[in-house]
Amino acid sequence: MNGIPLTHIIFLSTALFFIGMYGLFTRRNMITMLMAIELMLNSVNINFVAFNKYLYPDKLDGIFFTLFIITIAAAEAAVAIAIIINLYRSHRSIDVEDATEMKF
Amino acid sequence: MSNYSYIVWIPLLPLAIFLVLGIFGKKYFKNTSGIIGTLALLASTVISFIAAHQYFFVDGKVNGVYQKIIAFKYTWLAFSPNVSIDMGIIIDPISIMMLVVVTFVSLMVHVFSLGYMKGEVRFATYYAFLSLFTFSMLGLVLSSNLFQVYMFWELVGVSSFLLIGYYFDKPSAVAASKKAFIVTRFADLGFLIGILILAFYSGTLDINTLIERLTAVQSTHFTSIATAGFLGVSMLTWGLTLIFIGGAGKSAMFPLHIWLPDAMEGPTPVSALIHAATMVVAGVYLVARLFPVFSMDASVLTIVTYVGAFSALLAAVIACTQTDIKRVLAYSTMSQIGYMMFALGVSKQVGENGLGFMASMFHLFTHAFFKSLLFLGAGAVIHFVHSNEMKDMGGLRKLMPITHIAFLIACLAIAGIPPFAGFFSKEEILMAAFHSNKIIYGVALFTAALTAFYMFRLYFSIFWSKESHHHNSHGEGTVSMKLPLIILACCAVGVGFIPFSHFVTADGSALETHTDMLFSIAPVTLTILAILLAAAMYKNENDKPAKAAAAFGALYKAASRKFYMDELYLFITKKIIFPLIGRPVAWVDKNIVDGLMNLLATITAKMSVLIKGLQSGKVQSYALYFFGGIAALAVLFIYLWK
Repeated sequence: MNGIPLTHIIFLSTALFFIGMYGLFTRRNMITMLMAIELMLNSVNINFVAFNKYLYPDKLDGIFFTLFIITIAAAEAAVAIAIIINLYRSHRSIDVEDATEMKF
Repeated sequence: MSNYSYIVWIPLLPLAIFLVLGIFGKKYFKNTSGIIGTLALLASTVISFIAAHQYFFVDGKVNGVYQKIIAFKYTWLAFSPNVSIDMGIIIDPISIMMLVVVTFVSLMVHVFSLGYMKGEVRFATYYAFLSLFTFSMLGLVLSSNLFQVYMFWELVGVSSFLLIGYYFDKPSAVAASKKAFIVTRFADLGFLIGILILAFYSGTLDINTLIERLTAVQSTHFTSIATAGFLGVSMLTWGLTLIFIGGAGKSAMFPLHIWLPDAMEGPTPVSALIHAATMVVAGVYLVARLFPVFSMDASVLTIVTYVGAFSALLAAVIACTQTDIKRVLAYSTMSQIGYMMFALGVSKQVGENGLGFMASMFHLFTHAFFKSLLFLGAGAVIHFVHSNEMKDMGGLRKLMPITHIAFLIACLAIAGIPPFAGFFSKEEILMAAFHSNKIIYGVALFTAALTAFYMFRLYFSIFWSKESHHHNSHGEGTVSMKLPLIILACCAVGVGFIPFSHFVTADGSALETHTDMLFSIAPVTLTILAILLAAAMYKNENDKPAKAAAAFGALYKAASRKFYMDELYLFITKKIIFPLIGRPVAWVDKNIVDGLMNLLATITAKMSVLIKGLQSGKVQSYALYFFGGIAALAVLFIYLWK
């Protein structure tokens, strides 16, 4: 390959994953949380593509997975945004701290 | 072999009527339900007469022996290839005989009830219950499988419960129905265990197969049941004794007879049908049905004999002292069933020695007619004077001529005066007892005299005695009440002449009976003396009965209190069973069984209080737990799981 070792790419994807995770735990705004989740998904995508490329260059399985994940992520975003809109309608807020009725 | 499958309609018609009247009766057939029920039963009766004709006269006999025919069989519940609960119809002389008796008496009762129960609010319900009972009883006599017998046996018990408690606003009727149900249910427990024992050792529930296997002395089944023992008694004896206990419960044999007199709280036609002619002979029928197996075990037959003879005597003594006419009849029923029982007990399976079996069935047959006649006659009397007590009656012979004649015929029949029906069957029973056991013969003879005495005490007290103070305001009863009396009276005269021994015997082949004039002298003379005594004491109002009662003193008092059997049972249940068994069991149930459940519930509740803090409602903490879990699993699988 052209000089970028696999470790670098894995560093990138791991960094991306934990940035997403940090965002998911710290943000209270649901839209931001959704974006954080998208970050995590994309880090997984990078992993798939990278491993496919470096380990099994003559196969396409990892790429297929990536395509599926992108599709599902789009659908998931639609559902999530629908949930957020409904939450906004009922609570007048999209802050997760304001929607904690579902407890013991 | 010809087709008998049409017999299935005989029980199904009453069932259909029960469903129709039970569900729609109150709404649509308020006044016509009686007619509908009666017509359907008429159809059943006609079919059963056709079946009886076909079986006895056309094609039931092969080489001079009546065959057992399975007319219909449907495997209802198969436990294993060999053991199954079938719904089947068995046809042999006794089931056909019972078929005729049950449908005919039931028809008479249906017709009688048209007049007797007229104007009742729950008229349709009454007919629905009657149909249910008829269905169950027919199912019982036709059953080809022991478990099927048991199911119909319980159904009969339930319908009897429903009919005794028909006047449910009367506390005594409610108590009586409960008592009947509990006592017979208690006996049925023995019956069930008995069935299970026999089925376990013979490996089948089918009656014919069971009889075949348990009567072959060489077979492995017989050896296993005869050699296996419990408390030093063979399993065969145990099984048969337990089955006999079931039969004794339904047939009101001592000491399980206490429910029968109280069962008279039900409407009188019901008593005529259930507690005189059909249900109470179910026990006799059961023993007869399994008689080949019973005859393999002499000790059980001895039990049957002595229980039957003792019940016959005890009931006859009590009957002499009762003042409620239905109770007199109830004890008389018990006494006559005792006769049937010990006749079975002294019988053997084959040939000449099977006289007792045949006599028992013959007595069952004739008894059904004259006893239902007595009850229906009593019903007509009660309908007229609105009381069950003898002291409210007297001198009714001019006011109720038809009832009077019918009742007299029935009394003569039950007393055993020739040529009425009871004479022939009782003679056979006495003959069978005479040839096998002189003690039993003595008891039977004495009981026969007592029977004549108490029946004529009843007769004279109702129809003679003091002059009547009743006004002939509403007549003797409707045509529908008189007609069954007349028909049954004709039967009570006529059925004794049926050459019964040619049709119903233990082994199916005809038995020649010879009425021995010399033999009949003793019982008939005793009976006539007893009747004359009764006439002297009760024909005119006088103080002889009181003097006689005083002369017998303690015996009279004990007998009129039914020998304190009810008190004894109450003592045993209230003073022994409740405090010593009931309360401890209740304590265990409340504290240990329930306590365990409560403990589990408490633990669960405590646990949930402990961990419910986790359920905070905050999405992000849930996500954190999730990630924590994943991380822990990852650590576990990567580093620790080697």
